[in-house]
Amino acid sequence: MTFRPQHEIHRRRLSRNLGVGLTLAAFVVLVFALTVVKVKRGDPMKGYDYIVDPALMPQEKTE
Amino acid sequence: MSDIGAYQGVTETPHEPGFGDYVQLLKPRVMSLVVFTALVGLLVAPVGLHPVEAFAAILFIALGAGASGSLNMWWDADIDALMKRTAGRPVPSGRVQGGEALAVGLALSGISIVMLWLATNLAAAGLLAFTIFFYAVVYSMWLKRSTPQNIVIGGAAGAFPPMIGWVAATGSVSVEAVLMFALIFMWTPPHFWALALFMKEDYHRAGVPMLTVTHGRRATRVHILVYTLLLVPVALGAALTSIGGPLTLAVAVVLNAWFVVGAVRILRRDEATAEADGYRVEKAFFRFSLLYLFLHFAAFLAEAALKSAGIGGW
Repeated sequence: MTFRPQHEIHRRRLSRNLGVGLTLAAFVVLVFALTVVKVKRGDPMKGYDYIVDPALMPQEKTE
Repeated sequence: MSDIGAYQGVTETPHEPGFGDYVQLLKPRVMSLVVFTALVGLLVAPVGLHPVEAFAAILFIALGAGASGSLNMWWDADIDALMKRTAGRPVPSGRVQGGEALAVGLALSGISIVMLWLATNLAAAGLLAFTIFFYAVVYSMWLKRSTPQNIVIGGAAGAFPPMIGWVAATGSVSVEAVLMFALIFMWTPPHFWALALFMKEDYHRAGVPMLTVTHGRRATRVHILVYTLLLVPVALGAALTSIGGPLTLAVAVVLNAWFVVGAVRILRRDEATAEADGYRVEKAFFRFSLLYLFLHFAAFLAEAALKSAGIGGW
């Protein structure tokens, strides 16, 4: 099997493709870092699953 | 399997845009000012953010500003092509198509607003959305071509970043944030009118109703002084709030005295004198206006650093 020579359009668009690729990779890293920071700090995150969350229940009156 | 066959007929495109051309759509020089003022607004706030959140906030505020710049370039391509200062921009020079600038602007607007919301809070994201709308629609589409007060009102768009930085950290607007906004808002007219005095042919050719075109150059010189005088109490007032201190007040006094002197010198000149020396005083005033704003915000930052060391602030 032989590789076909690279098409001219790939060379021409190299900077654009590289720039978009690196930007997307940096975006993924940033979202991951933000997620880690927020989860570690325990920001309010309440998923509505089938388990009763005591924090969401109305407070009982105490005498 | 390759999709390259679809491009077999494409041999040479005269204006193949590179990544840098798309970056130019975001007006990187304006973005640098946005980054700096938003960073100051965020760092001088009484509530701290985690460094990752702070980085994300500044990045998405800057990206939002860039998005509005791209929308502006899409809308203003016709007049940009007529002005020497802007003719080399990606759209008027033909390197990027207008539709692409619109797409980049809309996409980045959405991404920056949503991401700022997720990284910080809804109030900051709402302010960013309003800023983009204000710059792209209120300023670019409406005011710029219809009134000589275009940059007075449109200056608000450039004044929001420190307020957004502050709100990103605190979640609400306060007098300090309003005064940082007012500082840039009041600074914008003298800054741009000084530019319009020595770039007169550009605006005239493009038919943009700058004050120099509609009311004449004498009136512009008067307006520069009036707005400079109105700027003084705002700058001194900001130095007297919780983000100020003795250092900030001293810097504000010196800078404003210098700025007023510059505005008075501009007022005293007539066109013949200005033409004769190549608008030396007007150009010096314009350059100093950049330094003026930078040093004011640098002083806020320095004051915050001194305060954390226990020696700054009131």
